[in-house]
Amino acid sequence: MNELVWIFVSAVLVNNFTLSYFLGLCPFLGVTSRLQTAFRLGLANIFVMLITSVCAFALNTWVLPFAPYLRLISFIIVIASAVQFVEMAIKKLSPELFRALGIFLPLITTNCAILGLALFTTNKGYGFVEGIVFALGAGIGVTLALVLLAGLREETKYRSVPSLIEGTALNLFIAGVLSMAFMGFAGLFST
Amino acid sequence: MEEIKPIEKRDSYEFLKGLWKENPVFVAVLGMCPALAVTNSATNAMAMGLASTFVLISSSALVSLFRKLIPKEVRITTYIVIIATFVTVIDFLMAAYAPDIHKALGAFIALIVVNCLILGRQEAFASKNSVWLSIVDAAGMGFGFTFALLCIGTIRELLGSGSLFGINLFGSTFEPWVVMILPPGGFFALGTLLLLFNWWKYKRKSMRHE
Repeated sequence: MNELVWIFVSAVLVNNFTLSYFLGLCPFLGVTSRLQTAFRLGLANIFVMLITSVCAFALNTWVLPFAPYLRLISFIIVIASAVQFVEMAIKKLSPELFRALGIFLPLITTNCAILGLALFTTNKGYGFVEGIVFALGAGIGVTLALVLLAGLREETKYRSVPSLIEGTALNLFIAGVLSMAFMGFAGLFST
Repeated sequence: MEEIKPIEKRDSYEFLKGLWKENPVFVAVLGMCPALAVTNSATNAMAMGLASTFVLISSSALVSLFRKLIPKEVRITTYIVIIATFVTVIDFLMAAYAPDIHKALGAFIALIVVNCLILGRQEAFASKNSVWLSIVDAAGMGFGFTFALLCIGTIRELLGSGSLFGINLFGSTFEPWVVMILPPGGFFALGTLLLLFNWWKYKRKSMRHE
């Protein structure tokens, strides 16, 4: 149990996917101009990460021991098709959730955070339950980073910023400060 | 295909645009994950850039070769499978010939698959142009990417550990800015470079107005 809590907290705060591994930066810088959108993207991320974790576990257990060189190709294809199926299922079963996730669901399939999750789960040798907890933690961590950046960016919209730094450069500096703040969490487990 | 420009001129144009005018990192802001994650030393940045260039050139050549055979509906999937194949090749090659660098880059070699720069070039260029032009374009973009990575890597290694390519430059009196080789340093280094780029563009624009 303790182990699971550690995996979870470490994925959310200490080894935050976006702020310390730089995974999923394209959406992080691209779609965080509004808080609402950022939150929905985060939700879709959590969702796809959970599916990915299950897929990665299945592939690692039944397929990859026989063909290790297929690792990358099979991860990408299986995750993309699983998300496609789930998308169709959600559209049928819960239109509200489908609308909330919107276009992001198919888009984030090729996000590096997703493939990164599958690879990290494999490298660390997590089992089924550990994988799910890790995916949940990573997803929540990404959502947290997205929401924080979007909130700060909304603030900068109403301030007069020098035109030279406006845009990506400013977002990178904000992200740097956030990342520095998150480094502080590294002391949480130094027992 | 454009007939206005002579062939050799067009070649050099396609090559040079990737290096500067349409630099993937500084101008298009693509491929950010590897640009920040593995640039804590110049060696790592160089290795990452060259590995990406290899994947980019080979998959561009292959996609361009088969561009008339690949059905439109499944083209993205096809590109990804082609890219993933070459990434697997470079992953095993590096594990065999450069195990240290392979270990330092870790999962990020595998993550070249989802580098939006590579998929973007297949969709925007290789699927519409001849094999030779696609290779030239891919080489330009790849070296532009390597150049950008090397810039970030050099800044971070110089400030963060006081060395370049592992060679100590400043002697023992230099107090390294450890934050530069930690994750925040990546954001700060790229932010500063983009700021300089903006400044340069702004200067040029105001010079043209005068």
